Amino acid sequence: MITINGTGVPLPDDLRVTLLDLLRDGLNLSGTKKGCNQGACGACTVLVDGERVISCLALAVQYEGRSIVTIEGLGTAGSLHPLQQAFIDHDGFQCGYCTPGQICSAVGMMDEIRRGVPSHVTEDLASTTLTLSRDEARERMSGNLCRCGAHNGIIDAIFDARQEAAE
Amino acid sequence: MSIVNDAKQLAQGLVENVVSTAVALAPDSWIPGGVPDPLIAHRHGHVGKPISRVDGALKVSGAAPFAAEIPVDGVVFASLVYSTIARGRIASLDTRQAEAAPGVIAVMTYQNAPRMKSPPAFLSAPKAAGGDDAPVMQDDKVRWNGEPIAVVLAHSQEQADHAKSLVHASYESEAALTDFAEARARGSKTGLFMGHALHDEIGDADAAFGESAVTIDSHFTTPRHNHNAIELHSVTANWTGDKLRLHDASQLVAHTSWSIAQMFGMPEENVVVTSPFVGGGFGGKCLWQHQILAAAAARLVNRPVRLTLSREGVYRMVGGRTLTEQRVALGANAEGALKALIHTGTVAKTARNALPEPFILPARSAYASETMKLDVQTVELDMLSNTFMRAPGESVGTFGLECAMDELAAKLGMDPIELRLRNEPEKDPLSGLPFSSRNLAEAWRSGAERFGWSRRKPTPRATRDGEWLVGVGCATATYPYYRMPGGAARITLSADGHATVEIAAHEMGMGTATAHTQVVADRLGLPLDAVTFLYGDSTMPGVVLAGGSQQTASIGASVTAAHRALVARLIEIAGNDSPLAGLSPDQVGGRDAGLSHLEEPGRHETYASILSRSRRESITVEANAPDPLETMHWSMHSHGAMFCEVRVNTITGEPRVSRFLGSFDCGRILNPKTATSQFRGGIIMGLGLALMEETQFDERNGRIMNPSLAEYHVPVHMDVPDIEVMWTDIPDPHAPMGARGIGEIGITGTGAAIANAIYNATGKRVRDLPITLDKLM
Repeated sequence: MITINGTGVPLPDDLRVTLLDLLRDGLNLSGTKKGCNQGACGACTVLVDGERVISCLALAVQYEGRSIVTIEGLGTAGSLHPLQQAFIDHDGFQCGYCTPGQICSAVGMMDEIRRGVPSHVTEDLASTTLTLSRDEARERMSGNLCRCGAHNGIIDAIFDARQEAAE
Repeated sequence: MSIVNDAKQLAQGLVENVVSTAVALAPDSWIPGGVPDPLIAHRHGHVGKPISRVDGALKVSGAAPFAAEIPVDGVVFASLVYSTIARGRIASLDTRQAEAAPGVIAVMTYQNAPRMKSPPAFLSAPKAAGGDDAPVMQDDKVRWNGEPIAVVLAHSQEQADHAKSLVHASYESEAALTDFAEARARGSKTGLFMGHALHDEIGDADAAFGESAVTIDSHFTTPRHNHNAIELHSVTANWTGDKLRLHDASQLVAHTSWSIAQMFGMPEENVVVTSPFVGGGFGGKCLWQHQILAAAAARLVNRPVRLTLSREGVYRMVGGRTLTEQRVALGANAEGALKALIHTGTVAKTARNALPEPFILPARSAYASETMKLDVQTVELDMLSNTFMRAPGESVGTFGLECAMDELAAKLGMDPIELRLRNEPEKDPLSGLPFSSRNLAEAWRSGAERFGWSRRKPTPRATRDGEWLVGVGCATATYPYYRMPGGAARITLSADGHATVEIAAHEMGMGTATAHTQVVADRLGLPLDAVTFLYGDSTMPGVVLAGGSQQTASIGASVTAAHRALVARLIEIAGNDSPLAGLSPDQVGGRDAGLSHLEEPGRHETYASILSRSRRESITVEANAPDPLETMHWSMHSHGAMFCEVRVNTITGEPRVSRFLGSFDCGRILNPKTATSQFRGGIIMGLGLALMEETQFDERNGRIMNPSLAEYHVPVHMDVPDIEVMWTDIPDPHAPMGARGIGEIGITGTGAAIANAIYNATGKRVRDLPITLDKLM
């Protein structure tokens, strides 16, 4: 069994089924998107036990006993997660296709900052406390491609939601 | 098709030339837009407000249904096999092993595919949608490296993907022309674009160039590009009897419906194409072979078929922007007045399509040069047909033209903005038509002030920050106003005062439903929540292309026409007991959920009241937009002034864009929030064009070498600085709502602004895109 958004789901019989295809084709959880199926675009990002995972490069059977949260598990159209609302407020998307992956990725990314995980642009690698600068956010979100060019709105939304979480 | 289609286009062009002369001379009031849209004067409504997207909650929660996500019972999955030679024939195609693989239902090849006509190529007929007109899996011929040769159908995607590896093909290759230089050496011909030769002359430009006091003569090259929308092309084809339904990702649902109907010999209404959300288009989500193959395969196996291209598949069978080689030669007097503007060059296309990348379009209306020579030559290669990609022509044409203007300014020792302003034309330099609205000088002035242009150091390599050289550059952005024929809309007004608009338009990120909900609400005098805007379905009225930055104008004119019909109908049914009795449609407007006399607002009756008195639940009207004669009566263009700051690393050569400002003159902005995103999105794609994007084409065998998002680099978060945008917001009196298109202009001028900033930083002129670090080391 895998837990997906709090519900237990049996593993697929076909060992080749990716976590992404299990979600989209097996469970009709199509909020998780397929943009390349080769780990290059980040549209399929989901949270596995709170960490960002590219679900197209993950075989579903590898995740037995793990807990997956998809965009549908973060919030619904009637009851949005604060980051989802911030994406709307700052127009952090246009077509909306990369958006669920951006949002899941940002949730995981903010937790990495909280845990003090450094990135390529972190100045002091020894420091245990990190601040989310715009460049930290940009660097850490660079695995999530957006072709419509909503990058500014996405970074603004992340900062806005972080502010709200802090208050 | 080339010859027949060229002849057809030429004939169409000749007729248009006669008509356009008559239209140019007609009085303004006879022309659509001759009387300004009343909404232009309406400044306190919903239009112009930064309203968040009406479909935002659906998109951020993953609930917006894209093409591959519409559940269809009994759907089977498809996987494609692609040819590995550029030209020849399939000698053998062994599908037995694949057919025997677990879960496989059938393998479709040219041997068993249903017989179909070839797709009508885009621009060959009003509703033609095909990326090219090659037969689709009908014979053993191979026309490009990557052409689909087999469709494997199975119960799951995994089964189909595995089985396709078991299809074995061998080929008999024929000599293919895949080398651009070789093709050019064999001879080129003048490009034909929308019926007109891509060739213009004013005076003797060569002579004037020779006599000019100051000249520059530069060559520019731009590579192939791919749209790379993040949503993969996907379609689900479902036959019910002789009716076909396609769940598609499309920027032209009505065109697709008609085109597929032609191929299968069916009535148009029997092909229903829906596309409620498109995950990015940029010109790439039109009709290519995948929709046709899915429809054919679904007929073959009598089951619904879902075909989602792999990312590699998108590169193999959905065309992108072609390469260009350009010469820009400018001659000026010592004061900077242009005496000669020569912009010529060569592009590659195929024999099967009708798009020679029209890179001379910007030069046609940019500057008041005394003489001009513009020319696009084409060669035909054995390759995947190229197609429209965001600002076809202008995106790469402004790179050559606007870099050359910067070079001329440097040679004159003149500020590049000053040079451009000195050459501002008073009327269209080629057609002589008056501009509908041109406030480029204002965009330059306000942009320069906001950017801090006056602090620029004109001498290259004058600013250093540690190991980084810093420079600034600028360029003009330009894109025409288009409105294509065929717009139509339906409005249904219900007794509770709710209006529903239906039009076969598209949403691929532009904010279509949002902006037009605002427009319709203002036009009818309704609150936003009393308007529903429906689109993305070929059964709705209108032939509306989401392309050419024209969808807003097309929808605007269609809704205006339908609104006029609605008002006439309402007055008619309101009868003699209404305060509106005796008024004509021209005397009333929408206000406070009803109609009121324009001069005596007290004469008002609500829609609910009119409908209830006449005992109607609802009324529905439909109307066609007038033909777009305004584009023959005025020269209609959007403009922008682009400003950029770059940093170039002196050790690695790495170029980074650190600041960007776009100052636009695009008429009235309907929604500042979504418009900002459109402008920024174009600029960011321009940043990619400038610094990293290239579809690498192996000239030995015609194969695309980097068919993945790992090897074709698009800008990522770390590449994108905070981008500022601003606009004049001066309404165009002759455009619906006063608004010209904004979807494409952002990518124009951006490449040149970046290249010019790199020159200012480093002293190096890089005239070959993309400007990668090896060219700056």
